Amino acid sequence: MNKLSLMGLFGLVVRRDLLLAMRRRADVLTTLIFFVMVVSLFPLGVGPEMDMLRKMASGVVWVAALLASMLSLPRMFSADHADGTLEQMMLAPQSLSVLVLGKIVAHWMLSGLPLALIAPVLGLQFDMSPEALWILVLALLLGTPVLSMIGAVGAALTLGLRGGGVLVSLLVLPLCIPVLIFGAGAVEAVTSGMSVASNLAFLGAFMLFALVFSPFVAAQALRISME
Amino acid sequence: MAINWFKYSAPTTFYGLAGKLIPFFAWPAAILFAYGLYIGFFVAPTEATQSEAYRIIFLHVPASILSMFIYLIMAGYAALGLIFKTRLSSMMAQALAPTGALFAFISLWSGALWGKPMWGAWWVWDARLTSELILLFLYLGYIALQASIEDPRRADRASALLAIVGSVNVPIIYFSVKWWNTLHQGATIKMTGTSMHIAMQQAMFAVLIACWLYVIAVTLARVRSIILEREANTQWVNDLPEVKQANGGQQ
Repeated sequence: MNKLSLMGLFGLVVRRDLLLAMRRRADVLTTLIFFVMVVSLFPLGVGPEMDMLRKMASGVVWVAALLASMLSLPRMFSADHADGTLEQMMLAPQSLSVLVLGKIVAHWMLSGLPLALIAPVLGLQFDMSPEALWILVLALLLGTPVLSMIGAVGAALTLGLRGGGVLVSLLVLPLCIPVLIFGAGAVEAVTSGMSVASNLAFLGAFMLFALVFSPFVAAQALRISME
Repeated sequence: MAINWFKYSAPTTFYGLAGKLIPFFAWPAAILFAYGLYIGFFVAPTEATQSEAYRIIFLHVPASILSMFIYLIMAGYAALGLIFKTRLSSMMAQALAPTGALFAFISLWSGALWGKPMWGAWWVWDARLTSELILLFLYLGYIALQASIEDPRRADRASALLAIVGSVNVPIIYFSVKWWNTLHQGATIKMTGTSMHIAMQQAMFAVLIACWLYVIAVTLARVRSIILEREANTQWVNDLPEVKQANGGQQ
């Protein structure tokens, strides 16, 4: 039996998780519908004045994306934990960090990516300008992976706990605030005619930083939770 | 002089030591509090632009400094516990968390009381206030995670990891003044000297040190409780005079 290369392992985990999700499409769709619903609730709450809605659009979309990604976090490891797959994965001779990275990427493709793609449609409801919509999508594409990566640490720490779903939000949301600030700030900057480069650069930096550390930290967290 | 420091890294021996040390920190803390607050409220001159309302900084600034510092110390103890598997380090981290949360809360509360007359608002979404609020959330998350895991070993290690991840946020708090230009005034005490009146300095440093000693005293007292709680089934705990007295009639 030949040993799997790291890229091979990564691809295998991503493909497996995507396949499993495709067999249970409802899970992915509920997150997306939740996102759309939360964003649509805001105008009902604050009133239909377009000026105000245009101003708060980016913040609303970002907060909703944050909440939606929290919603899907407990699922990242819990099904594998429940049927014992996770234990087998941890016994495998391959790097657990790469395996976790694969799960994070799969999670992002199922939660962050659809949100980023549907966000422009919601932005139109808030009468955002075309260039603001582009930046919104770009910022979401840069920012939502960070949410999945930080979230993976929280999901791993709370694995199998009572009330894990609420607890994971409590742990992860404060850590996600910088992403929220710079993500919403990017759209803010473009609507007020300033350069968006610094905000996007910060988001990119967060993503790289999280990419380096979070798989390892999440793997450690899994080891703590599984022993 | 060969003192075996590791002797006191065992909960058994540290329990007694902590009990002996508490008065040495608690009494100076009380005296310095009284001294610092007296200087702050009665001796220090009225500030030119902020009149009397500025006096809240004698509590606000030490509380803010300590709320951040305690987080770092807590993360440090948590890391020690995670790396060297020393039980006492994890217990210290757990004991520090509620005090840290308390100081973060005091800092926010006193800041709001100061902000109302100065800025005309209880709360402004300034970078430093927001970071302090995030810090409070981090403390609460840490306490919540610790509380919701039943196995103490897993609880220690999981919350240690969380504390280390969260400590990434503490530098952001510190540098936020430079990052975002906002309403909050910049640092008055600089490394090169200060623009404060001497009595104000005295009062502030007295309260700062008092708070510091208070933190140590309270943490030692709390760690004693944690040791008792976790070692409740061991012989040495049951042999303690105070435990025997509490169990009194039953044995």
